[in-house]
Amino acid sequence: MSTSSRSSAARGTGAAVQERRTVRLPPALPSFWRRRHLLDLDDFSAEEIGLVMETADAMKEVLGRQIARVPTLRGTTIVTLFYENSTRTRTSFELAARVLGADVVSIAASASSVQKGESLVDTVLTLQAVGADMLVMRHRYSGAPYLAARHSHLKVVNAGDGWHAHPTQALLDLYTIRSHLGDLRDRKVVIVGDITHSRVARSNMWGLTAVGARVVVCGPPTLMPVGLGGANGQERGDLAPTGPARVSVCLPPVEVDLNLDRAIEGADVVMALRLQLERQQTGLIPSIREYVRLYQVTTERLARAKPGVLVLHPGPVNEGIEIPPEVAHGTRSLIEEQVTNGVAVRMAVLYLLAGGQT
Amino acid sequence: MNRSLAVRGGRVLDPGRGLDTIADVLVEGGRIAAVGPDLAAGADSVVEAEGLVVCPGFVDIHCHLRDPGFEHKETIETGTRAAARGGFTTICCMPNTEPPIDSRATVEYVLRTAAAVGLVRVLPIGCVSRGRHGETLAELGDLAEANAVAFSDDGSPVADGALMRRALEYSQALVLPVIDHCEQPSLAKEGVMHEGWVATRLGLAGQPAAAEEAAVARDIALAEFTGSHVHIAHISTRGSVDLVRAAKARGVRVTAEVTPHHLTLTHEAVAFSPGDNEALTYDTNAKVNPPLRTREDVEACLEGLLDGTIDAIATDHAPHAIEDKECEFDQAAFGISNLETALGALLTLVPGGRLDLPTLVAKLTAGPVTALGLDRRPGLDGLGSLAPGAPADVVVFDPQREWVVEPERFASKGRNTPLAGRTLRGQVVATVYGGRVVYTVETAGIGTM
Amino acid sequence: MPESVILTQEDVRRAIVRIAHEVVENNRGCRDLVFVGMQTRGVPLARRLAAAVADFEHEEVPVGTLDIGLYRDDVPARGVTVEIKPSEIPTNIADKRVVLVDDVLYTGRSIRAALDALIDYGRPERIQLAVLVDRGHRELPIRADYVGKNIPTSPRDEVEVRFQEIDGSEEVVLISREEE
Repeated sequence: MSTSSRSSAARGTGAAVQERRTVRLPPALPSFWRRRHLLDLDDFSAEEIGLVMETADAMKEVLGRQIARVPTLRGTTIVTLFYENSTRTRTSFELAARVLGADVVSIAASASSVQKGESLVDTVLTLQAVGADMLVMRHRYSGAPYLAARHSHLKVVNAGDGWHAHPTQALLDLYTIRSHLGDLRDRKVVIVGDITHSRVARSNMWGLTAVGARVVVCGPPTLMPVGLGGANGQERGDLAPTGPARVSVCLPPVEVDLNLDRAIEGADVVMALRLQLERQQTGLIPSIREYVRLYQVTTERLARAKPGVLVLHPGPVNEGIEIPPEVAHGTRSLIEEQVTNGVAVRMAVLYLLAGGQT
Repeated sequence: MNRSLAVRGGRVLDPGRGLDTIADVLVEGGRIAAVGPDLAAGADSVVEAEGLVVCPGFVDIHCHLRDPGFEHKETIETGTRAAARGGFTTICCMPNTEPPIDSRATVEYVLRTAAAVGLVRVLPIGCVSRGRHGETLAELGDLAEANAVAFSDDGSPVADGALMRRALEYSQALVLPVIDHCEQPSLAKEGVMHEGWVATRLGLAGQPAAAEEAAVARDIALAEFTGSHVHIAHISTRGSVDLVRAAKARGVRVTAEVTPHHLTLTHEAVAFSPGDNEALTYDTNAKVNPPLRTREDVEACLEGLLDGTIDAIATDHAPHAIEDKECEFDQAAFGISNLETALGALLTLVPGGRLDLPTLVAKLTAGPVTALGLDRRPGLDGLGSLAPGAPADVVVFDPQREWVVEPERFASKGRNTPLAGRTLRGQVVATVYGGRVVYTVETAGIGTM
Repeated sequence: MPESVILTQEDVRRAIVRIAHEVVENNRGCRDLVFVGMQTRGVPLARRLAAAVADFEHEEVPVGTLDIGLYRDDVPARGVTVEIKPSEIPTNIADKRVVLVDDVLYTGRSIRAALDALIDYGRPERIQLAVLVDRGHRELPIRADYVGKNIPTSPRDEVEVRFQEIDGSEEVVLISREEE
């Protein structure tokens, strides 16, 4: 700009052009980020997901340094409380916390400690009393992290609760897909497998639809939960006349297609879920063989998808069941990338929650 | 005790006799003496009821007193005190105690303990099967002689069809009904709530409506076959209501009850707090069996209540200790503590016109009494009504009085209610049992309820 | 609020050229030199400095960017979390001469954070600091090696450096707040 701008900016005239803010505040988080916990992605907006993605970009750069360490969360105590075994997710969180400079305590609570009479609420209150700030929790029962959040002052990150949610997995899936495809609006993502028992599926359904992707879920009808694909603008009611009924999204707006050959057509991304042999009650599917025949993500089926289709799997892979070995190791597979991205995304989550918003 | 008591100036609702008028109610010697104008002068004591509703003491044909065996959840004393506060002067308690009520001795224990407390009438229900194991019949004749008023294995269904058939045949001779908790175990499996979109959202195993309906259909078929009386406990689905309606039309001896929560709450109560933003709650206080169902099911139950398909409202009061509910949803016990909130919750249906007050009162008084034939029992002639000679059980309530549900102040040991913190309109002001005032709002010692 | 222009576009250009000369003189040439601009406005400044050096020395000095969000001293104690962008240090800075570049030097806390960050990338031979404006009120013992202009300010004032690609103009303004 020329110096003629100086006259209009002369003091006191009030005619100064002020299209940019004149007060330069320290850069803060966008006002739409008001989160205390990360329990599920069901109430995330596209902007919030975008913020996590951008923050994960910065974290990924930190991880690429020779000394991958920052002092950001120094003085914060993060406890990982895993009631279910998981080397992969727990290590990912521990690493994320350590890179951020936090103190990490890991507790592998087994089912037996519950049998000994220590309730979840007792455990959480004890952790709070010994100085934990943040709790990363995995539990076999849906809703457990909500209980922990309700009964303590800790910030709770859900690392997987029963069949219900695994938000950091969905975020890292989104991050991985985004790094290859960019904007996900109107992209077709097919999630195939045991949807009923899959918290990864549920969280991904929320996350992907929030950013505008078109999601199709596919799997054996006996492993497809009630209500998906139906009327999702159902009215939510309340105790008779004491409150107005609010229409809101009850379930993520996905499509259901029980036929994988048809569902996979034109897909940009295929997400194969682990067939959870240990959670499955006997008799829900006739046999593994039949599952493989109908629902395995084979090379032939992938040929019906878009060229360059991305194949994801939350791991660990039952090779030969959900995906054949050649697909698992093939160039289209992003499975290993997902693991790497997991640390960056979890760092982003821990950082964004640490901010002290109440 | 020939003391007389008058309830003065209230709106007297005795739907069983088609009465709805401003009048006084006079009781004497433990019996209703008369209902009419100007009866209060000369009574030994008077309860002022101007602007209030006066009706027969409520009768709850389905509740759990937990005593003997689970006294940390409730005792006969705390349970009957809760009943009195809720306006219930007669309650039928289910036999899932420890030991279960499958023998004369336990029946007598319950009767004796209740009489000693003396707050309300307790009528025990005996087990169908020995030990409630669902294998062989209990000594139903002995139980009947000991004054059990019906048979049931509630908390559990009578899963074995052959056993249910024999129970129906046997009880017919005793002129007592079999009450079934209708749930087919193989279909209900590990379901912790209704199998619908809320369960899918929350990632919880659900039990489908069909699990109840299949059992209802079986019981109706057996009742029809044996000519016996089966009573369907806590009916909850549209399909079940339709089955009962059709069966009654055919002349089958089937009756049914519904709970206050199945008329007012849906499965959404498990996931969402009213008036909250979208945060999920996993409210274990809304975990109940049969589970809270959909809007359509609630509507169907209301219709069934209005057209006579459903004979009675029964609370299924199920108190639990805090540690049984303050845990993961899958682990939490099933049940809602609701003797003290039943009236208030039900009255929410009245302003909108979905339920009228006389019908509501009928389903809490004459309805349950007729369903189980309680007024045929010696000394209970006229139970559930204000007919002269009927037991002097009267409840006075204020349909406008607002109060906040504070579980810590319940008389029941069970604080487990999904209504905690809600404001309800309509509250019992006084309860009279056998001519004695056993509860008034002022003497509760805690101010408002 | 009244704002007055302290440095015009020409003033800014001249200051950058002068600083560029000082840097090269002080370091006796461009060998092992790296400019690292601090997000956000240190980055265009670092680029302009490198361009100026290329102009008269005909040598390319690498330019990196540094985001210090993760090194702030008010997380989590004061609960301040800020948006962070990835940093980009294009070469290994071990044994290099890093010139840290920022638009305004004020309390010195950002510079302290930047020093911590830089050292995490490697051990430079030396770190110098170049700023366009030094407005005083240091809270830490930090000083700049190269300064475009010293501007005395009161704590209520704001100093804004504007660059074309971010703000649409090229100037430095002082915004005085009045007494309430």
